[in-house]
Amino acid sequence: MGSISVLLVGKVLPYLEQELDKRYNLFRGIDPSQRAAVLRDHASSIRAVVASSSGGPDAALIEALPKLEIVSSFSVGVDRIDLQKCKEKGVRVTNTPDVLTDEVADLTIGLILAVLRRICECDRYVRSGNWKKGDYKLTTKFSGKTLGILGLGRIGAAVAKRAEGFDCSICYYSRNEKPDSKYKYYPSVVELASNCDVLVVACPLTPETHHIINREVINALGPKGVLINIGRGKHVDEPELVSALLEGRLGGAGLDVFEKEPHVPEELFGLENVVLLPHVGSATVETRTAMADLVLDNLEAHFLGKPLLTPLV
Amino acid sequence: MDSELPALLVLGPPMVFNLFQSHYSHKYRFLNAFSSHLPLPQFLQTQQTHPSSVRAILCSPRQPVTADVIRSLPSLGIVATTTVGADHIDTAECRRRGIQVVTLGSQFAPDVADMAVALLIDVMFKISAGDRFAKKSIHFKPWSFPSGSKLGGKRVGIIGLGRIGGEVAKRLEAFDCIIMYHSRNKNPSVSYTFYSNVVDLASNSDVLVLCCPLTEQTKYIVNKEVMLALGKDGIIVNVGRGALIDEKELVQCLMKGEIRGAGLDVFENEPNVPEELFALDNVVLSPHAAAYTLDCFMDACEHVAKSLDAFFSSKPLIISPIT
Repeated sequence: MGSISVLLVGKVLPYLEQELDKRYNLFRGIDPSQRAAVLRDHASSIRAVVASSSGGPDAALIEALPKLEIVSSFSVGVDRIDLQKCKEKGVRVTNTPDVLTDEVADLTIGLILAVLRRICECDRYVRSGNWKKGDYKLTTKFSGKTLGILGLGRIGAAVAKRAEGFDCSICYYSRNEKPDSKYKYYPSVVELASNCDVLVVACPLTPETHHIINREVINALGPKGVLINIGRGKHVDEPELVSALLEGRLGGAGLDVFEKEPHVPEELFGLENVVLLPHVGSATVETRTAMADLVLDNLEAHFLGKPLLTPLV
Repeated sequence: MDSELPALLVLGPPMVFNLFQSHYSHKYRFLNAFSSHLPLPQFLQTQQTHPSSVRAILCSPRQPVTADVIRSLPSLGIVATTTVGADHIDTAECRRRGIQVVTLGSQFAPDVADMAVALLIDVMFKISAGDRFAKKSIHFKPWSFPSGSKLGGKRVGIIGLGRIGGEVAKRLEAFDCIIMYHSRNKNPSVSYTFYSNVVDLASNSDVLVLCCPLTEQTKYIVNKEVMLALGKDGIIVNVGRGALIDEKELVQCLMKGEIRGAGLDVFENEPNVPEELFALDNVVLSPHAAAYTLDCFMDACEHVAKSLDAFFSSKPLIISPIT
């Protein structure tokens, strides 16, 4: 298969890049000028694209690759890929669901606790020597609180299961109510926000969910409410979020993703009720390796004419 | 009249004292011994109070209730502490004198268990390290920090399966952890695997969580042998007492990579923390704050107030005292 041309358009685990290099004729096109050069010379030979949360083929790129057969994404979110265009052109698309569900759910609970119990601030407090001057202040209990989940898919359900171990009440908003769910459904995000203490964003990013967390939702969540975003940065109207936190209209936030990654709003740096992470959501070695293997296995299956393992399109 | 209110001698003071005093100033005449450098008998003189009229003490680990203190108060009948542990009270002397010692019961347990899980996830996923990294610069570079590890399938060895240990177990089961434990006695009502030997528990665990009280038997229960048995991928979480772990050895093991990491809410000589730990990214440090939530403090105040109420009105205490 060393002669099959594959174009890489998003940042991936080094292990994956190495394997792709070994197995295929790999072209790197993450950087726009790199990509332009590759397209100039090799557009007509590329049969596969490997994408990730940092980059994926839009309609223009798909059009520019006449021999494109498959897009394999090193992520579960496929908002960077023009799925409609892929469908039209008969291009297959695969992602990496399930392998990272548990890990993202673990991290979500960790973020909630870090914000409510001020874990990062406590750590700073000790390291700075301030504990010698006096105890840290009282923080907010997590157990027994009401968790609102936006998007009760695999990740949302895994978060809910863990939160139940803390005697939390669970409520959710979804495009459609889930009749088999034991959790309370709210028909709008604003109502969900009004009725929970912690709101977790766990839905896919689509045109409908862009800025689904807006000023109205943030105000409904309120001065004691906490927003946790482990979805995509664009789920949240970031300037609105920043001003709400600075003005005290929102109680706190835990963010693993940002609208313009890797840009992080500087105004949030000094806030003790905000925890920021550099998009580590699926960062464990085990999970990233499993994701990489899924990308490789999907590509291999496709080129051997076998069924895809995790097709989306 | 002020003199008709029962006297309450306050040592420490307990962390909850400001909250307690603000809610219950109409019920007690507070004798704030913690604010005085005078020995107790002289302090009481300054309060126009004879030692024999002091029947109740409210205390905390900051100011031990020693045999001397107890002997200087012939009418003492109840000592209330706002902690679960009573290692700062001479409970043997209390037993001899028929003095009731009231500690907090399970009010703290969920908050402390929450902290244990918070510290564990933080160490596993490097949340505090990540927060430090993300807040350094407006553009974060790819985070080339050694990645963490998910909780599912991890074997968690709980040392002390009491109320707190039980709450920790319940939470971690929801993450699909495998729970094992060591306790003074095997608990027939749980299905978790019991280890009578801590080294064996450590050899078979990926994580050790310390939830037991500090006693002569449990001092340094986690020593070098246990840490080496836990191994290079192992993580220790301590929400019990600092002296449950041989701290000097712990620092060495962390610096040398003999264990993977640690989440510590308690230390041998608080508020002093070994400074070697400040340079490490595989530890998360907390200033003995496991029970420091507003909810918890309010519950603690209510519990103490109810116990004192029952004592002063000669009713049986609602929750059995430990002596």
